[in-house]
Amino acid sequence: MLTCKDASKLMSQSFDRRLGLMEKAGLRFHLLICKSCHLANRQLDFLHQLCKRIAAKPEDIVSLQPGLSAEAQERIIKELRRKQDEQLASGD
Amino acid sequence: MNSKASNPESWVAQHGDYLFRFAMVRLRDEHLAEDAVQETLLAALQGQQNFAGDSAERTWLVGILKHKIVDLIRKKVREPTLVNLDEPVEFAEDESTEAMFDHTGHWATPSQDWGNPDKVLEHKRFWEVLNECLKRLPPQLAMLYSLREISGMETQDICKDLNISPTNSWVMLHRARLSLKQCFELSWLGGERVGAR
Repeated sequence: MLTCKDASKLMSQSFDRRLGLMEKAGLRFHLLICKSCHLANRQLDFLHQLCKRIAAKPEDIVSLQPGLSAEAQERIIKELRRKQDEQLASGD
Repeated sequence: MNSKASNPESWVAQHGDYLFRFAMVRLRDEHLAEDAVQETLLAALQGQQNFAGDSAERTWLVGILKHKIVDLIRKKVREPTLVNLDEPVEFAEDESTEAMFDHTGHWATPSQDWGNPDKVLEHKRFWEVLNECLKRLPPQLAMLYSLREISGMETQDICKDLNISPTNSWVMLHRARLSLKQCFELSWLGGERVGAR
């Protein structure tokens, strides 16, 4: 029988590798009979979905709305111009 | 010059904010994210003639940015202030994970029902909470988690990049996920539910 601790390892690893048949069956059975692990598994899935959403739509994040600061924009444009001048000078 | 490529300076106006936010959620550091955008645009300028123009300009820039982000994380992981991953640290069961279970291997406290992610994900604070919770992890754990879950890199590629064994990466990711679960229970959904009572 799996303990909750063992089950939590399999839950986590199921995001990173393909579980073996026995591991899968053991985890599935444990999730059926253990409410706390069933909920924990949903929490881990929740965090996984959350990360996917953040990665796919960073523009939805309110605190990142301002985007690049004016100083950073200026600095980057200056660097780009410098590099362009270098390229021109070397006849690129 | 390729007429399909636009003026590099206009890249900053057209794509700067997008690239910055893309980098921010992966690096969680404003200065590193700005560096990543700058290095991306400089590399793009260098390789402008390689831009075939058959993909969108933004897609091309994001492709470069992804590599720059991994480079920056790799550099950061190798900083001497952090645990050196060249000498693989075996993350044994640590106390923080251990304490979540009782001596029989059962959860010490029952897990909460967070409901349907689709509904809760509309919550505007999710990024801030994740960010706060990741800050509480040892930096190398947070970076590994971010590479895996936010950048979506394959475990085998991460292991190669950071020179850790797959087994070690699974132990570390397990620890990171359980710590985040606990942190979210304490600081966000759990706290809200208590407040709603």
